[in-house]
Amino acid sequence: MNGTSDVGDLFARCVRQIILEQSRRANVGHIGSALSIADLIAVLYDRILKIRSASDPDRDRFILSKGHAALALYAALHLKGLLDKRTLDTYCGDDSLLGVHPEHALPGVDFCSGSLGQGFSFAVGTALAARIQGSKRRVFVLLSDAECNEGVVWEAVQFAAQHRLSNLCALIDLNGQQAIGYTKDILDLSPMAEKWRAFRWEAFEADGHDQAAIFRLLSGMNFAEGTPRVVVARTVFGKGVSFMENQIPWHYLPMNKEQYARACAEIGTAEGT
Amino acid sequence: MRNAFAKSIIELAEKDERVVLLTGDLGFMVLEPFARQFPKRFYNVGAAEQNMVGVATGLAEAGFIPFVYSIANFASLRPYEFIRNGPLLHRLPVRIVGIGDGFDYGPAGPTHHGLEDVGVMRLLPGMTVIAPASPSQTRTALQETYALAGPVYYRLGKASGKPLPEIGFHPETIETLRPGRDALILTLGGIAQEALAAAEKLEAKGVFLEVAAVAQVAPAPESAIFEMARRFPVVATLEAHYVCGGIGSLVAEIIAEHGIKTRLVRFGVREFSSGRTGSTTWLRKRHGLDGESVAETILQVLGGRR
Repeated sequence: MNGTSDVGDLFARCVRQIILEQSRRANVGHIGSALSIADLIAVLYDRILKIRSASDPDRDRFILSKGHAALALYAALHLKGLLDKRTLDTYCGDDSLLGVHPEHALPGVDFCSGSLGQGFSFAVGTALAARIQGSKRRVFVLLSDAECNEGVVWEAVQFAAQHRLSNLCALIDLNGQQAIGYTKDILDLSPMAEKWRAFRWEAFEADGHDQAAIFRLLSGMNFAEGTPRVVVARTVFGKGVSFMENQIPWHYLPMNKEQYARACAEIGTAEGT
Repeated sequence: MRNAFAKSIIELAEKDERVVLLTGDLGFMVLEPFARQFPKRFYNVGAAEQNMVGVATGLAEAGFIPFVYSIANFASLRPYEFIRNGPLLHRLPVRIVGIGDGFDYGPAGPTHHGLEDVGVMRLLPGMTVIAPASPSQTRTALQETYALAGPVYYRLGKASGKPLPEIGFHPETIETLRPGRDALILTLGGIAQEALAAAEKLEAKGVFLEVAAVAQVAPAPESAIFEMARRFPVVATLEAHYVCGGIGSLVAEIIAEHGIKTRLVRFGVREFSSGRTGSTTWLRKRHGLDGESVAETILQVLGGRR
């Protein structure tokens, strides 16, 4: 990949920049997983989620069930003015609210996630609560494809379908990778959308980096009726940084100085800005 | 206790709209009245206990007080990590109701016995753990604790037996079921019946055993246990639970930490299932938890001291 045309709009580019900056500063990994969802997060936070304030009970909810990509979420919260720069800069430091995985003590985060499958189950409960309370708030939850290895995902899928939780929308970051290998070699869940359809979810497929397409899909959904919906978003792990794209080691590796400079150049931002 | 729960939760739901009941496809002939009366607050989530706790976490975060209901081991062990990362980590009022105190599901076999639940729940800081000894205590305990801010684990027996004296519930006290002077036995849950049977047998031999029920295991009624234990030269504990982790462990910790000079005898399960099962009565006897075995051992210990 080259140039800046392939790394999303300004919001998405800023998300990527923050991911690189913070992971470099803190010298931690999970960079590829965070870059993979940068465009989805950008569409959600910049154009879909209705969040007037982090404490409004009727705000839309977003749960990052693939908690290991928290840096993308922190970036979006910062760009939306829900997380100040000083706090953002504590990422992975001592006594910080910002760990590798999100914690609910951080305003704007409702649930701790990081243990795969749990955030999705919490999201189903959150959608059920909105239904019982008669609230119009919508619940969006983002899972990784490998997260669907977890049995509880399918427990929650059944429950949401049975109760027709139309106020719930799941997004799957289908990057084809898991921690130490490719999903096709470990537990191949393809075709993913068919699995969800078989469980009576309405499933859509899209390019997870085509922000316009993702926006069209999400903004066209009728959350007031029907079945729960899932967007199976085909993504590229490490999207925007050529030497990370589709590379297993970048699930865990931090960047050295040279790699950081190259990565910043590729996403079209000045290093360290 | 199971039936007392079924009645009490209706009373709670009548007065508090936040109460919601989720079951993992269990509660035949128990939960139907609640389901009929509150169809919008009753969810059979299916045989899916992890998701049951996950959904309850989402509900509690939005302001509900969800009760999740299953057999003790399915309610505690199967979704354990969900309990830890859900209601515990978020300090949410999810109530986990584990039915079957120890060997209550006797012939159903070891997959249905609850012998670790109290121990694993007691490990978690912030988890309230309650094991009532009688139906009346179940009702009071539910009324007293259902609205607590954090999570609660209720271990409720289902075996019927000789009714216990009417006892109440208070988180910081322990209830004396029978006064005595020679030795004390602290019991957990429905097996208090066996302690009372032991006390009767011992009385016939001129030995007076005090019997008291510890209903709230965590946070522990530490000073009440300390004050009671220091009065006796021999203190026993009795539970249908592995001897490790339950009230035997709790009382050992209190005795040791306070330096009480007393001899502790712990009655509990010490070995994993042999592969043979039977009635609750048979299983209690096999593991030395029946009144007769308890009386015999206490007599030996006291005899050894004289």
